[in-house]
Amino acid sequence: MKTAVIVFPGSNCDRDCGRGWAAVTGREAEFVWHKESSIDDYDVVILPGGFSFGDYLRCGAIARFSPVMAEVVRLAGRGSLIIGICNGFQILTEARLLPGALLRNKGLTYICRDIHLKVENNQTAFTSAYAAGQVIRMPIGHGEGGFTISPRGLEELRGQNRIVFRYCRADGATDEAAAPNGSLDNIAGIVSDRGNVLGMMPHPERLAEPILGGDDGKGVFESIFRAAAEKLGGGK
Amino acid sequence: MKKFTVKVTVMLKKSVLDPQGAAVERALKAHGHHEPVSVRIGKVIELTLNGENAAAAEKKAAEWADSFLANPVMETFALSVEESE
Repeated sequence: MKTAVIVFPGSNCDRDCGRGWAAVTGREAEFVWHKESSIDDYDVVILPGGFSFGDYLRCGAIARFSPVMAEVVRLAGRGSLIIGICNGFQILTEARLLPGALLRNKGLTYICRDIHLKVENNQTAFTSAYAAGQVIRMPIGHGEGGFTISPRGLEELRGQNRIVFRYCRADGATDEAAAPNGSLDNIAGIVSDRGNVLGMMPHPERLAEPILGGDDGKGVFESIFRAAAEKLGGGK
Repeated sequence: MKKFTVKVTVMLKKSVLDPQGAAVERALKAHGHHEPVSVRIGKVIELTLNGENAAAAEKKAAEWADSFLANPVMETFALSVEESE
C-alpha cells in the first residue's frame, strides 16, 4: 500500500498527517511536493491542512493549479482514496473533486478548539471504524469552514447519503447552533459521488494517538487503511 | 495591441451570508446612522493586459474570472474595462 501526503507551500499539517498515518497503520507515508507532475499510483492520498499559498484569493484556489493536482485528479479517477483535511478540503472543492465551497466563518473569527462530530454515514471507506451515529471529539482550526452549496446540491448530498460528518453537541444534537462556523446543515465532511474522495474541516490527525489527549480521530485512518487493504486484496 | 485595465469586482452571491458586510452594517447603525442600509463586502482585482480592443480584453478577463478569480459556487463577478496609457 502506498500513501502520499501532498505538501504545498504553506501546508502545516503535513508532518502531523504523516505521523498520524504511521502511528495508526504502522506504514510510512511519503511526502510529495506540489511541483511533481507525475507521481506513482498511490492507493491513499492525504491533502493536509495549512494555508497553501497564504490563502491568497480564496483558500485552496491557487493550490488547485499546482502541477500535482492533475495527478490527484487522475488518482481520484482511478479509485484511489483521497482525503482532504481542512485546507485540503478547501483545495478539493476548488479542484471540483468535491462539490460546494467553504466560506468565512459566520462569527468572522478563526476558531481553534475541540468540537463534537456525529458520524452520519459509517458505510464509507473513511468511517467504517466508527458506529453509525457515533459522537466523536475532534479539533478544528480554521477561519473559513462554513460549507455552502446550492439547494439542489444539498438535496443531492442528502439523497445520496454523502454527508459523512456533522457538527453536533456532546449529546449528538445537530441543531444549527452546534455548528461553530455557520456551516450549512452542520456539514463538517462529505464524500464524492463515487465515495473515494472525502473532505472534512476537523483534524483527525490531531487526535489520533492517546499522547495527543485522545484518539477519536484514529478511526478515519483505520478505516482508510482497511478499505485500501481490501481493495489491494489483503493488505499488501 | 493596446493596453487595457480590467477591474474584476468579485462579490459573494446574494444567497450567501456575508458576515463581514453584516458586521459593518451593524457598526454603521451603532455609529448613529439610522437610514436603512445594506452592506456587502467583496474584492476588486485589477488586471492590466494587452488586447486588440476593449471587447477582446474583456473577453479574456471574463474567462479568467470565470475559471479562477471568482468561485461560481459562492461568488459572482462584474467587469469594467478602460484603455490604459
